[in-house]
Amino acid sequence: MKPEYKIISDLIEKDAKVLDVGCDDGTLMEFLKTNKNANIRGIEISKEKVQICIAKGLTVIEGNAEFDLKQFPNDSFEYVVLGQTLQAFINPETVIRELLRVGNKAIVTIPNFGHWKVRLNLLFKGTMPITNSLPHDWYNTPNIHMCTIKDFVRFSKIINFKIFKSLALINENVSDINNSNLIFKNLFGELGIFLIEK
Amino acid sequence: MDIKQNIKTLIVKKPLKLDCGQTINNFPLAYETYGSLNNEKDNAILVFHALTGDQFVTGINPVTKKDGWWSYAVGSGKSIDTDKYFVICANVIGGCMGSFGPSHENPKTKKIYGTDFPVITINDMVNAQINLLDFFGIKKLFSVVGGSMGGMQVLQFISNYPDKAKTAIPIACTSSHSAQNIAFNELGRQAIAADHNWSDGDYNSKNIVPDKGLAVARMAAHITYLSKKGLQEKFGRKLQERDDLKFGFDADFQIESYLRYQGSVFVDRFDANSYLYITRAMDYFDLVKQFNGNLSDAFKNTKAKFFIISFTSDWLYPTQENKDIVIALNAIGANVGFVEIESDKGHDSFLLNVPDFLKALKNFLDKSYEEKHL
Repeated sequence: MKPEYKIISDLIEKDAKVLDVGCDDGTLMEFLKTNKNANIRGIEISKEKVQICIAKGLTVIEGNAEFDLKQFPNDSFEYVVLGQTLQAFINPETVIRELLRVGNKAIVTIPNFGHWKVRLNLLFKGTMPITNSLPHDWYNTPNIHMCTIKDFVRFSKIINFKIFKSLALINENVSDINNSNLIFKNLFGELGIFLIEK
Repeated sequence: MDIKQNIKTLIVKKPLKLDCGQTINNFPLAYETYGSLNNEKDNAILVFHALTGDQFVTGINPVTKKDGWWSYAVGSGKSIDTDKYFVICANVIGGCMGSFGPSHENPKTKKIYGTDFPVITINDMVNAQINLLDFFGIKKLFSVVGGSMGGMQVLQFISNYPDKAKTAIPIACTSSHSAQNIAFNELGRQAIAADHNWSDGDYNSKNIVPDKGLAVARMAAHITYLSKKGLQEKFGRKLQERDDLKFGFDADFQIESYLRYQGSVFVDRFDANSYLYITRAMDYFDLVKQFNGNLSDAFKNTKAKFFIISFTSDWLYPTQENKDIVIALNAIGANVGFVEIESDKGHDSFLLNVPDFLKALKNFLDKSYEEKHL
């Protein structure tokens, strides 16, 4: 289980109605079902992963978040979770708007491209960074819109959504991000976790 | 041997008002069951058959002596596990395997109904079958399942009886029969009507059968159940028991021979008038229109958990039409899962050995059955 699942779970109230966008093999869904008694649904693009979810008894729709969120009415869910996939969308702005339309709140996690290892990788090697969390080459990566924690904070101001809570994951430890430590967290955070609202 | 002795029949006493306006009562509903009903009576699955199916879902069909139409999916240890679930399937009204249909005698005229039989709808079919629940003392089915026309019955059933099933699995179907599908059905009906033996539906009294017309109808329909890729891979341009073209109109190609065979075996087991009536019921099916353009309203009163399945190569009931049902359900926050199964076997995929499909069906049912809080 990914270390951020526990953190995501802590952000969600008990019995909440939750949509996991890009739910993968349903590990987070199961975790939220067990720990938060969440009424949880998932969308997943991969047929194989959908099959795994069905085998776990999870309610999952095969689909593409970029096109298939449309079918949900406004405020269908209390929380919509988007785990480490914002960077893979053609239009992240549309996706964020859709998340906040479909859900009252959204939890978005991003692999931080501002992490010092990524920066050093580019600085010294002079090639596109390849790290544990970003294992692809530039030509085959699904991650076409990488951003940093700082970028995401700026993004919130540009497209006008509220960041309710922002957390950084550093060596499996979680800490708050605020204005005064943003530069530091943006350098050491492997992952940014944001609870956002319209 | 009288085949009827192998057919279980419930005589439905309660009057049933049909969509066409006529009311029927004391009509036979032929059914079969597999597995056993548990003490809690909460393990029953009502399976709905497709256009040319019947109540003999699995095992050897006692009438045709062939495997039941859903033998891949239903049976001991299979997707719909008869060791675990009590499976019920009824022959639809309008059909020809014992349920009230056009080959029955009209008590008023003492003649076979033929085309005097009332036009029936998918709605009428499920309203007839609901009587089976009372008969078995089942308050709530564990599931309603069906592919193609069977899927349409699933949708109609849930809409009519929102609290009578815990789960619903419409497979490779639609909420509104498309112009293309009506067109193919009309082609089949016209093939039957063009057979001189059909005699305006009165062939029974003359002891003849419009077998040529019915066979052509079946051949045309059979093509729509397959896919271009599947046909190409299975048959290509392979010749039938010959080394070269014969420059004539015999079946040179294997695909021709195959279709002729499909047509010929079909007429032995199916009634031409039933074919007219059942295709008509499919054409009339439009749940969207029934709810004034808002399909979501069809399901607004149900808490049933849906699982919708489509197939990549099904061009008769394409994924998008199945997805429209998913969209309508999501619009009202219903509990709905959806998967499109990769298969080059066309619409027929749901009847065949398609492991990903069979696995998904089994997992959904078994996991849902474990969830007692449903």
